[in-house]
Amino acid sequence: MNIEIKNGRVIDPKNGVDRKATLYIVDGKIAGLGDAPAGFSADKTVDAAGCVVCPGLIDLGARLNSIEAELAAAVAGGVTSVVVPPDADPPLDEPELADRLVHRGAEIGKARVLPLGALTLGLQGERLAELAGLKKAGCVAFSQANRTVVDTEALLRAMEYAATFGFAIWLQPQDHWLSRNGIAHEGEVSSRLGLAGIPVAAETIAVGTIVQLVRDTGCRVHLTRLSSAAGVALIQRAQHEGLPVTFDIGVHHLLLTENDIGYFNPHARFSPPLRAQGDRQALSTAAAAGLAPICSDHTPVGADDKLLPFGEAKPGATGLEVLLPLTLKWAEEAKVTLPDALARITSAPAKVLGLASGELGVGAVADICIFDPEATWQLTPEALKSRGKNSPWIGYMLTGKVKSTLVGGRVVFEA
Amino acid sequence: MHNPQLNKDGELTHLLSIEGLPQRILTQILDTAASFMEVSARDVKKVPLLRGKSVFNLFFENSTRTRTTFEIAAKRLSADVINLDINKSSTAKGETLLDTIDNLVAMHANLFVVRHASSGAPYLIAEHLQRIGRDDVHVVNAGDGRHAHPTQGLLDMYTIRHYKKDFTQLRVAIVGDILHSRVARSDIHALTTLGVPEVRAIGPETLLPKHLDKLGVHVFHDMNEGLKDVDVVIMLRLQNERMTGALLPSAGEYFRHYGLTPQKLALAKPDAIVMHPGPMNRGIEIHSAVADGPQAVILPQVTFGIAVRMAVMSIVAGN
Repeated sequence: MNIEIKNGRVIDPKNGVDRKATLYIVDGKIAGLGDAPAGFSADKTVDAAGCVVCPGLIDLGARLNSIEAELAAAVAGGVTSVVVPPDADPPLDEPELADRLVHRGAEIGKARVLPLGALTLGLQGERLAELAGLKKAGCVAFSQANRTVVDTEALLRAMEYAATFGFAIWLQPQDHWLSRNGIAHEGEVSSRLGLAGIPVAAETIAVGTIVQLVRDTGCRVHLTRLSSAAGVALIQRAQHEGLPVTFDIGVHHLLLTENDIGYFNPHARFSPPLRAQGDRQALSTAAAAGLAPICSDHTPVGADDKLLPFGEAKPGATGLEVLLPLTLKWAEEAKVTLPDALARITSAPAKVLGLASGELGVGAVADICIFDPEATWQLTPEALKSRGKNSPWIGYMLTGKVKSTLVGGRVVFEA
Repeated sequence: MHNPQLNKDGELTHLLSIEGLPQRILTQILDTAASFMEVSARDVKKVPLLRGKSVFNLFFENSTRTRTTFEIAAKRLSADVINLDINKSSTAKGETLLDTIDNLVAMHANLFVVRHASSGAPYLIAEHLQRIGRDDVHVVNAGDGRHAHPTQGLLDMYTIRHYKKDFTQLRVAIVGDILHSRVARSDIHALTTLGVPEVRAIGPETLLPKHLDKLGVHVFHDMNEGLKDVDVVIMLRLQNERMTGALLPSAGEYFRHYGLTPQKLALAKPDAIVMHPGPMNRGIEIHSAVADGPQAVILPQVTFGIAVRMAVMSIVAGN
């Protein structure tokens, strides 16, 4: 099928494109920009007047508790690829489970599903899962989700083993002992509200340990959901040293701080916790400088699991459908240009994954997001396709609305 | 941010925390409590202010003393009092906190006195009542996690005012496990709101929350220094479980450094008063000679507590 997307502002951060032009798609791939490929005749024309046409968003962290609803939510948010952490029930620690997830995703035919395999059996942090088997079943890397490997020897062996095969490991840096009892950033707000604290050292100690093991093993590590200025500084130092370490930032951590807990708002409970203003600023600076991609850390939580006292409520927020508008909100606050902001959720995550997508160059897969950058809408539970209605932004007006999403040249969402 | 304790006229409709309450409301509670002191001295210790109202004591965490004083206070206001001890097993059956509340509201509860192990639980209840449009049902926090114990804070203020008259000339020291203490947090907010110029916190680093200075508190690690020339000493209870982890080496070492002995008390002003929220651990945070000595006002605190709780319940139920 031949598709032309007309009248839109095409932004392709990877290739430095930002201009009004027609985008041509042939057989699920980008076939031309501006100039129609020879002999092109459109089977379908999409009018993108007033809209931005950009690569489909790549989300480095989205939990798919009810896969159909969440994949529909993804494409409604312009997200065409989702990296799924292994902390499902049961954990994704066997090749058959990964295989089933990948097939189910393909069957649903919305966003592409890129599973992270469990690094250890049952995410227990003890025995290695069958990494090569999981890889063969479609896992893009291996992870403990937001659980820790308490036993440092087990972590060392896991990294040695992964390095043997050239696999990447994704870890959320959090020291087990310093984080196990905590529910909020150890700081002014936790002191005032009497919430057990998680100190910044919980993150820096884990980053320090992991970086040292990267130095020793050469294993490629991606650190997920950084929360502190000190943690980011440590990673930057490791990067300057030339170590194969990357990191990402959850979009909520770019916009919110411990102060947003207010009077015990359970929607402001996150793992890792929202930290101080200085931490948020450092994360924002790192994202603005292009040091890290932004992800949604989509965590749908049932209403009953949030209608609890702060410390008993499940952490996390729905994210797939707000990743784009919240990234735009951050970009405006941080004075980041629209193409740069879009890079953080398209080409930058593609680079972490080593994917060829996340761009609109000729020959690239036609995963495309078309959105109106000026349209405002109110975030209500009803406005969300995700089963997770949990968001600290409920009731807020957001700017940026997805009009249409294409995956492999197929229109999978139209507003 | 909307303060969920106040109604649209700025009057107290729930008592959840001292933090965020203006001085006039604290003073109103203390003045009202003073008027109730006389009721407790009568032969017939009752006033009809809450006649026909149902007060539910909702204790998700064990307590004898606080629950009893709330019960006495409610009865002296002529309310019907229902005590519910909701231990872990009933919540394990699957009923959520808010399900419990909905059921009790359906039984025509007028006021909930809530103790809960999780910081912020009374806020959740107050917000829920607002959501379901029941602004005629009130919540009084009787202790939530480490967060707040506002009636204890207020009875401490009543005690201080009773003995010292004027808050604006005082030096007050709070000693012990401030990190885990809801009483300490409520006292700190009450003292600073009422204009006490110098509030001190004394304890080892393991028992002090971070950034205490941001709450307007001066931190001392040496008790001998911290007690110098203070007018009021508030001792905190040291829970037994604090001795099993890495917070403290032993009860003995704690007592040597942070136990209140007659020698240490001698560093305070000669007319300094000694307070304790109870129950006391004699020989751990306080020496018996001090606990039973002339400067201790620990039992009057309990008596004042009833009048203060009467004041709080009558004020919130009246708004």
